[in-house]
Amino acid sequence: MLNNITIGQYYPVKSCIHDLDPRVKILLTIALIVAVFLVHSAIGYALVLGFLYLTCRLAHVPFRMLLKGLKPLRWILVLTFVLNLFFAADGDILLQWQFITIRKQGLLNALHYSLRLLFLVMGTSLLTLTTSPIQLSDGMEMLMSPLKVIHFPAHELAMMMSIALRFIPTLMDETDKIMKAQMARGADFESGNLIARAKAMVPLLVPLFVSAFRRAGDLAMAMEARCYHGGEGRTRLRVLKLGRGDLWASLAVAGLIGLIIVEGIVLPGGLW
Amino acid sequence: MTKRNPIISVQHVTYTYEEAAHPALEDVSLDIGEGEFVAVLGHNGSGKSTLAKLMNALYLPTEGKIFVRGMDTADDERLWDIRREAGMIFQNPDNQLVATVVREDVAFGLENIGVPHDEMVRRVDEALAAVRMTDFAESAPHLLSGGQKQRIAIAGILAMQPGCIIADEATAMLDPSGRREVLDTVRSLCREKGITVVWITHFMEEAAQADRVAVVSDGRIRLEGTPREVFSRVNEMRQMHLDVPPMAALAAELREAGMPLRADILTVEEMAEEVTRLCPSN
Repeated sequence: MLNNITIGQYYPVKSCIHDLDPRVKILLTIALIVAVFLVHSAIGYALVLGFLYLTCRLAHVPFRMLLKGLKPLRWILVLTFVLNLFFAADGDILLQWQFITIRKQGLLNALHYSLRLLFLVMGTSLLTLTTSPIQLSDGMEMLMSPLKVIHFPAHELAMMMSIALRFIPTLMDETDKIMKAQMARGADFESGNLIARAKAMVPLLVPLFVSAFRRAGDLAMAMEARCYHGGEGRTRLRVLKLGRGDLWASLAVAGLIGLIIVEGIVLPGGLW
Repeated sequence: MTKRNPIISVQHVTYTYEEAAHPALEDVSLDIGEGEFVAVLGHNGSGKSTLAKLMNALYLPTEGKIFVRGMDTADDERLWDIRREAGMIFQNPDNQLVATVVREDVAFGLENIGVPHDEMVRRVDEALAAVRMTDFAESAPHLLSGGQKQRIAIAGILAMQPGCIIADEATAMLDPSGRREVLDTVRSLCREKGITVVWITHFMEEAAQADRVAVVSDGRIRLEGTPREVFSRVNEMRQMHLDVPPMAALAAELREAGMPLRADILTVEEMAEEVTRLCPSN
């Protein structure tokens, strides 16, 4: 039951998007999110959607993977849309029926906010689909390292992330073992109501926690024995290098932002 | 026994854990010679693991001194030099691998001491080749067997080019084939690269393969010498609840029964030879 776990939603294939420097990908994703908030018309949204679709094809990631990432958010999207639809205070009235009033401004807001949310999630999904967790934490560490000046623990966070990734499979195996051991002694994890099942987890969680703490102690000692003393003066086996692809990707995103701005000037008010 | 230049010198060391009533080690002295393979044999709770952790400056002696290549382990400024010189492998293979990919784990120690990138790559590849794990360089550690994980841990130490490897019950959690695999790897490193080995164990068979054995019981070194010398003291070993090789035990019993056998018999061949010598008529 605990086999085949994938960590995060990384989609492991080879592509030019996967090969981009994680730092560049993180920054470009942020730029893309900002760009989405500059969009004021249907054409702008179409441009963003087209861009995401193309990137997805280039990354050899099926587009439905990107849509799958939206599924947990469907209720938030609906809520955003509905609330904005009903709560605009001014603008022409489009529909009035009993106590329900829908105004034009409300409809526009509803479309804007839900589309922005939609693209925001799709953009970040594309980042996590094409960047392995370890690369992500590397990229974050590098990007946040200037913050070390104000004692922000960039290296420590990345190290914690990497150790967590290393131990997830180990702890999964252990959970499986403990579950089997408890089941062999008559424990029942699968029947009863929610409370009964939660209670059944106690004999699983207690030994798991005890062993996780013991492992942490052992690991800390092993790391110390191998001269670990924090991020200072550390060199790295994995070095991030900017390549030609990173330049092209940056140009593409810059182009997209340029188009969105131009479109905003040429067609003020948009096409709604 | 030839006394070579000691790489590790333990001098009258006593160590008491915090809030413990009795010291875990009491007045222990031991010299480890350059290039030697020394086994420290003892059962659970004898203090042998404590001794290993003292040699790597993970613990500091309550009394007495320990020198690694002449550096005092109590000297804070030499701490990283000491740990680089005396690399340590631990018991649990899962709890000492840090990275998600084998080659990155081997590089972990090198990253910590700030080795430049190109040299790091070279040293990692060499270390993996030395433990015959090159094919697994890109694997995830949790997919390897226990013996393979320990070999990766050895490679991680080896990459730091230590003078000495301290193995703290490195085979205790492995199956018999994994145990052989790890011991063979360390023995060949000792023989071919001249790396000193301190092999902490409770397996009598492993101690029998060392150049020298120190037997620890109740926090003291009770016996010291070549495996032949140590295992011939059958009664003393038994009093410490330690096993001896079956032929050594048989020889002791036969001697008690009145047969004038040599005292230092360890193998079946030696026994056969000795018995033939005593019964020339056959």
